[in-house]
Amino acid sequence: MPYILNTDDDRREMLAAIGAASVDELFDSIPKNLRLDRPLDIPPACSEPELTADMERLAAQNIPAGRTVSFLGAGAYDHFVPAVVDTIASRSEYATSYTPYQPEVSQGNLQVLFEYQTLLTQLTGMDVSNASLYDGGSAVTEAVLMSLAAAPKRRRVVVAASVHPEYRQIMATYLENLDVSIDVLETPEGTVDAAMLAKTVRDDVACVVVQHPNFFGCLEETAALASVAHDAGALFVVSVDPISLGLLRRPGDYGADIVVAEGQSLGNPLSFGGPYLGLMACREAFLRRLPGRIAGQTTDREGRRCWVLTLQTREQHIRREKATSNICTNQGLMALRATVYLAAMGPHGMRELAELCVQKAHYAAAQVTGSPRWQAAFERPFFKEFVVRDRQGKVAAMLDEARESGVFAGVPLGRWYPQLDDCLLIAVTEKRTRGEIDRLAKLLSSSNSKRAMAHA
Amino acid sequence: MRNRQATRLLFELSKPGRRAARVPACDVPTGELGDLLPDAALADEPPPLPELGEPDIIRHFVNLSTLNMSVDTHFYPLGSCTMKYNPKRNERLASLPGLADVHPYQDPTTMQGLLALLFELQEMLAEIGGLDAVSLHPAAGAHGELTALLIAAAYFRDRAEPRTKVLIPDSAHGTNPASAAMAGFKAITVGSTSEGFVDLDDLNSKLGDDVAVLMITNPSTLGLFEPQIETICRRVHEVGGLVYLDGANMNAILGVTRPGDFGADMMHFNPHKTFSTPHGGGGPGAGPIAVRQQLEPYLPVPVLVRRDGRFVLEEDRPKSIGRVRSFFGNTGVLVRAYCYLRTLGPDGLRRVAENAVLNANYLLARVKHFLPVPHGDRCMHEFVASAQRLKQEKGITAMDIAKRLLDYGFHAPTVYFPLVVKEAVMIEPTETESKETLDAFVEALFRITEQSAESLHAAPHAAPINRPDEVRAARRPTLHWQPSDQSGEH
Repeated sequence: MPYILNTDDDRREMLAAIGAASVDELFDSIPKNLRLDRPLDIPPACSEPELTADMERLAAQNIPAGRTVSFLGAGAYDHFVPAVVDTIASRSEYATSYTPYQPEVSQGNLQVLFEYQTLLTQLTGMDVSNASLYDGGSAVTEAVLMSLAAAPKRRRVVVAASVHPEYRQIMATYLENLDVSIDVLETPEGTVDAAMLAKTVRDDVACVVVQHPNFFGCLEETAALASVAHDAGALFVVSVDPISLGLLRRPGDYGADIVVAEGQSLGNPLSFGGPYLGLMACREAFLRRLPGRIAGQTTDREGRRCWVLTLQTREQHIRREKATSNICTNQGLMALRATVYLAAMGPHGMRELAELCVQKAHYAAAQVTGSPRWQAAFERPFFKEFVVRDRQGKVAAMLDEARESGVFAGVPLGRWYPQLDDCLLIAVTEKRTRGEIDRLAKLLSSSNSKRAMAHA
Repeated sequence: MRNRQATRLLFELSKPGRRAARVPACDVPTGELGDLLPDAALADEPPPLPELGEPDIIRHFVNLSTLNMSVDTHFYPLGSCTMKYNPKRNERLASLPGLADVHPYQDPTTMQGLLALLFELQEMLAEIGGLDAVSLHPAAGAHGELTALLIAAAYFRDRAEPRTKVLIPDSAHGTNPASAAMAGFKAITVGSTSEGFVDLDDLNSKLGDDVAVLMITNPSTLGLFEPQIETICRRVHEVGGLVYLDGANMNAILGVTRPGDFGADMMHFNPHKTFSTPHGGGGPGAGPIAVRQQLEPYLPVPVLVRRDGRFVLEEDRPKSIGRVRSFFGNTGVLVRAYCYLRTLGPDGLRRVAENAVLNANYLLARVKHFLPVPHGDRCMHEFVASAQRLKQEKGITAMDIAKRLLDYGFHAPTVYFPLVVKEAVMIEPTETESKETLDAFVEALFRITEQSAESLHAAPHAAPINRPDEVRAARRPTLHWQPSDQSGEH
């Protein structure tokens, strides 16, 4: 049997020690009528070579974006992952350990978490960070729950339409059964209008949630928006792209109270959306409302510096229904990957990477909108992603054509924004070359009639 | 042996001018940054991250890793966590580029292989659980609980039944009441009998038409199969409620009995426990849920279905609770679970349960003579011993035992949980340990109970550190490194 070491002799000796006649007898406490009287109806066992062949066959039926000319983004990005990240994350001592309940034999994991938290405060300019959450989407909702708990009399949440639509859907799902209302602030020009926000935010609003760069890739006027939120006594929650923080002002420097992010870009593969990690950092004032694990520094009996999980009285295993959240673990291995990634990039690597994304994205935008068929959907500054509108309104057909030519051209927006159903969100990471960008522009500019002629 | 220089903090190892990663040269015509982005948005300086070279980084993290115990290096009998061996083939196969490099917004026609795999996993989980429909979205067990409770809330709202309570036995994991509260329910505790089972009288007294869900862990956190599970589920159903099974302990019953067959309407699986995916130092896990037919319309979107021989992700589900996470699920974890199920097949899964239960009972039979097990002579996949008598007679606590085991090269069992056992020592060997390992563990445990309390209070002696001051950590939280800490306490 794979992975089982007991031999028939072992089993006999063990049953004798137990005083049981058979293994079956050990299941006597399960009433007979509840037992399954047949084998499970799942595929039969297979050997490693057979499984490998099957998995390779299944994998071959996919065209992975990470190995393709891909301009897909919208919250999951094809950034390069340095080899050091995979090397460290595949160490058994990290991968096959568990939550550091015994700090004496978990200092490796605990120190990594402490380093992760430190890197997050350096990256965001915030006071404290937790040890990560599930993903960027649920992290936004956890930030909203924190805000609501911090101001129990405020029962409204204002969220910009330029926040990732799926993040907003998660928020709606979580808040459905709580006595809270969500106001979505429309962003027809691509970003939040501070004056419009001011009209919406009153003293019943717990927090204002924006994304920066936002879902469309545009930069929000964060400092102005923070002021509007704070003037009404609401918290300012920002979801960021961690890669952008190589270049953009840090949230701690423009008044953010809670910062969250999808951390996938920091050294994690696309993996069809998970496992990723949710980053979360906040001002000191909200420390005791932070959800999830937190590592803290202390000393041992011999005065040695060391690390433990701390502030556990916030957590579900002690507080049960009164906990800050039901979250029980962090995304330890993903947080390790982010830690190694940030260590490998360093300040200058992060700055150069962010600049490269900006330059390539702006080149791509210029090339694509150079065609009469495409125009920029929003006249706003953007980071590594931008929205273009198809004057011919044939986004779906164009995407099919581009895909047949081996290019994933972008993410169509109609499924989330009916008014943008002729629009495409294009992301450009450092992996895209000038040649690939030119190819995209050429594919996008070619009209259907030309293609029809080529087929004739 | 430990290289202390390398395990100083990254920030203390930093030296301006060092670096590891370089980005590609820019191959497009560039504009002035100031022309492309507004000055107000730009930082004056790069973020103040540490500066390290690649050899520094590798030596740092490799040396740090050696300070951890792990399943690949040590026996890890952490009760309720199912720390079984994590097969290496699953790691290799999950990182095939055709699976690991798929973007969540690719066109479904470009990932039919991956969707087929996930669809087949859904079907296998439904069969193992004895339920009808599966969602792979939840990112962890607690997330699965929350998702299922939101489904229950939507279901009762749809039926215009205002039910506000969730009943939870006192031996349950803390995530149960925390999830209930997050879903907007009131968590009500149900007591247990001295045998460790649900107190039926207490349950009956709390059942009514305001009860939405009973959350039950079966086998329980005491490692016992609830003998009255059928009656319990029937009573809940009689008042119109739903039964949720916390699937944390599925390892004990794989292929032997199924939650759907004993009355559960909803459940979560913990692939990182039952299906051998690595725990990763505390995540990533996954928490897929299975539900009965009548709850399927409420599953979170998108729902992976087969239509005309193609796999599609359906968003348009009017009764759905909506989304519970971005994109689809913890796919990398789910792919590993799929590999595990394919490797074992129906007979293999049953043998997992048999050997997990055999190993646990063997340990119980040998341990109970010197460390009492209050809840009986037999168990399922784990059991809970108590150091209460040792504490009274010799001053030896569960914590002392846990810490001293580390010196013998064993990870500690779970201690002080479940809360219903005093000085609890919760031991779960899993099926992947050998009799030799179990024997060595028993011997170490026995020797520890013979040692003096004073020497045990000083344990561990051989670990890198010794009983960190957790009170100080919480009273004066230091949660990140600051330059002024450079005084060097290492």
